[in-house]
Amino acid sequence: MINNSTINRFKKVVGDEYVLTSKEELLSYSYDSTAGVDSVVPKLVVKPGSTEEVAEVIKIANEEEINVIPRGAGSNLCGGTIPVENSVVVVLTRLNKILEIDEENLTATVEAGVITVDVHDAVEEKGLFYPPDPGSMSVSTIGGNIAECAGGLRGLKYGVTKDYVMGLEIVLPTGEIIEVGGKTVKNVTGYDLPKLYTGSEGTLGIITKAILKLIPKPETHKSMMAIFDELDGAAETISSIISNKVVPVTLEIMDRVTIKTVEDFANIGLPTDAEAVLLIEVDGIEEVVERDAKKVIKICEEHGARQVKLAKTDEERDDVWAARRSALSALARMKPTTILEDATVPRSNIPDMIRGVNEIAKKYGLQIGTFGHAGDGNLHPTILTDERDKEEMEKVHKAVEEIFDIALDLDGTLSGEHGIGIAKAGFMAQELGEDGLQALRNIKYSLDPKGLLNPHKLIGDGSNE
Amino acid sequence: MSKILKEVEEEVAKCMKCGLCRAVCPIFSELDNEATVARGKVNLIENVNSGELGLTDKYEKLMELCLMCKACVANCPCGVEVDKIVLKAREELAQDKGLSMIKKGIFSVLQNKFVFPLGMKLGSIFQGLAFSKNDGPQPGNNPRVSVGLDRRRVIPDLAEKTFKEEFPEVVKVDNPKARVAYYTGCTVNYIYPEFGESVVNVLVENGIEVVIPQGQQCCGTPVRIYGDTKTAKKLAQTNVEEFAKHNDVDAIITSCSSCGLALKEEFEEVLGTSPELKEFSDKVYDIAEYLVDVIDFDREGLGAVRRKVTYHDPCHLVRGMGVSEQPREILEAIPGVYFEEMDRPDRCCGSAGSFNLKYYDLSMDINKHKIEDIKQTGADTLATGCGACKMHISDGLNQAGMDQEIVHTVQLLDEAYQKRKVNREKKSKRAG
Repeated sequence: MINNSTINRFKKVVGDEYVLTSKEELLSYSYDSTAGVDSVVPKLVVKPGSTEEVAEVIKIANEEEINVIPRGAGSNLCGGTIPVENSVVVVLTRLNKILEIDEENLTATVEAGVITVDVHDAVEEKGLFYPPDPGSMSVSTIGGNIAECAGGLRGLKYGVTKDYVMGLEIVLPTGEIIEVGGKTVKNVTGYDLPKLYTGSEGTLGIITKAILKLIPKPETHKSMMAIFDELDGAAETISSIISNKVVPVTLEIMDRVTIKTVEDFANIGLPTDAEAVLLIEVDGIEEVVERDAKKVIKICEEHGARQVKLAKTDEERDDVWAARRSALSALARMKPTTILEDATVPRSNIPDMIRGVNEIAKKYGLQIGTFGHAGDGNLHPTILTDERDKEEMEKVHKAVEEIFDIALDLDGTLSGEHGIGIAKAGFMAQELGEDGLQALRNIKYSLDPKGLLNPHKLIGDGSNE
Repeated sequence: MSKILKEVEEEVAKCMKCGLCRAVCPIFSELDNEATVARGKVNLIENVNSGELGLTDKYEKLMELCLMCKACVANCPCGVEVDKIVLKAREELAQDKGLSMIKKGIFSVLQNKFVFPLGMKLGSIFQGLAFSKNDGPQPGNNPRVSVGLDRRRVIPDLAEKTFKEEFPEVVKVDNPKARVAYYTGCTVNYIYPEFGESVVNVLVENGIEVVIPQGQQCCGTPVRIYGDTKTAKKLAQTNVEEFAKHNDVDAIITSCSSCGLALKEEFEEVLGTSPELKEFSDKVYDIAEYLVDVIDFDREGLGAVRRKVTYHDPCHLVRGMGVSEQPREILEAIPGVYFEEMDRPDRCCGSAGSFNLKYYDLSMDINKHKIEDIKQTGADTLATGCGACKMHISDGLNQAGMDQEIVHTVQLLDEAYQKRKVNREKKSKRAG
């Protein structure tokens, strides 16, 4: 339990002003961006200002047996930063320095609390590029991105966060500080801990610093919008683009419900009778971009696109992406509560996945719009509902379960980029099997014997104690 | 749930807690405390609604920490009007706890037709007693003693003659193209009458007759945003009645962003909608908006104004009234003006009415970013469309040792018209 003497121990480490104890402030760290998961009020919030302070905080938590919830911006969508019983929230936003951009080794060394978009801006100023671009990048922290292995719109060509983490500084659940990986492209010394910690959702320790891989900034890009009357035409186009050896940086799909909602909301001239819209961007050096764009247009037309628009200016490019950018806003404005799923299937199974989701929507009488990263199979079925309507929420939970079922039937996975957290922990065995899940638990408890770091997340409630 | 909060229940439910407000909230940027960001405030209000949290002092303070800058609203994927939610929370607090004594004093003076003008008048005569001339680069005064004002501050001179004393009730022109009523607002009337002078000059130059209703009063924003709906209602009512005396005008012109928004939108929120009020609101235009969108102002042969200018978007003009292109179009039309856009011109300057009285240090921390952005442009002149912004930015510039002149956009247009007149006179002399 947390009494005054414990609070004073934390204050001694981080300073009085960085320990929050008022009811109002504790309530403010009881939730994150996840819908449909109950908030839990922590006992305390501490904001350490250095790796050493994080380590000291963890040591106190160990001695006093207090659960530790690491938190960046609290913008995740899996309940990953929602506190649990008897917990202290450790906020890492004070660790907000970009320490180095190394143009010779193409790396950026940053503290965990740096905002993602600040990394983008800083490296792009030097002609470099850090591709992961999750929807929350204007507020999310790099530490949070790594803990959740955040994805984004550029995953198809450039991969996701785990493809850009070369080294980490970590405070272990028992308070030791370790550094793993580094600036070398090749490194086979020991287990690949940077990869293990990327996507570990704060269950194995607290990430305090990262060495990120950078690449040269692509010279130029071209964007297109293709409109389809048949879902199959759009799906065949996706597969055909890839099999024709073009890898677009972004290949997004919006289904009929999404198109209609976006058009009603933004009036940007989308055809509301279309079955699907594909938004495609190719990038690279100019000659290749020209050639790829032509190829893509041809492929779209061959597979029955009613119309293909190529953006000729930056303004036209903005128009193309305005449609995609307003997708979530438009859907979210329809109803008070927006449940954003991210079941992911091999890209060849996308039409079956969309059809399956549509059937579930019909079965439960729910409004579900689907859009997402068609190129990498990562879809966002978005359920529009009202949390206050208990009856409908029951249906929503059933629908979500069925969405997971189809995704797994189609050789997919529960989550492409949002993470498991507390929201999907109960479904883990379904995908991994009991033995698979047990293997994860074994890793967790060998590093965190008391199970204090972000308990119940990812691996659920089963313990090894 | 209280009756007051009930009015915003649906608005509160719309927030999906995505947290994108963290990117734009000026207060959160300084304090890095989730309880101060829009998402956090909505969550606290939900907890008050559910009975989990009472109307505590801490909650009251957190609700005070909002600039009403609407940055979160503009950036919100769900379009949640957080400012309106916070207003309701303040209204409930004011009703439950009463307004704090200082504010009560100010607010009751504001609504008094005679006491407020008289106080401001006496203030202009005796200001030398309480204030010493500022010796920094910006014009104005520093408080001699701390009278609820930070002694570092630069407070502008009160005008010796108020704007309304200086101008007749009707400024006539021959064969007017249109007739407008001008709502001056308090900052123009008492502090920056030169703003108003330029408004009248450019309107007259464009053949527009200007009525300045003498009985107009404070728009009520300073009291409304702290939950004193009762006083706000009275002020709104008086103003609507005063302008109804001149209901033959084609438009109602404002030159202060917060007043403009009050007349355009918030009177309806305070008084409730009615056909008469709708007719009134529909006539309201910011001066820049009116010049560009309605009358397509005269740009023939404008005289050159040789200045490097940057522009600050007042929150209630850009996000409130949706006016941002028009002032830039005016500036671009003036020969000699070299316009340089600053980084994030629409970021709040931190003034936020009386917020900067109670939270001076925080408001200056917010202000510092604006000062830095102005500095980066290398401009010698800052144009804007709000007197309160001018006051606060002037203070910041002074403390940074910067001497940029702050003007209302129309002052530069006025200058260009004056120069045109001189040029034309010279020309006709030469011809003669």
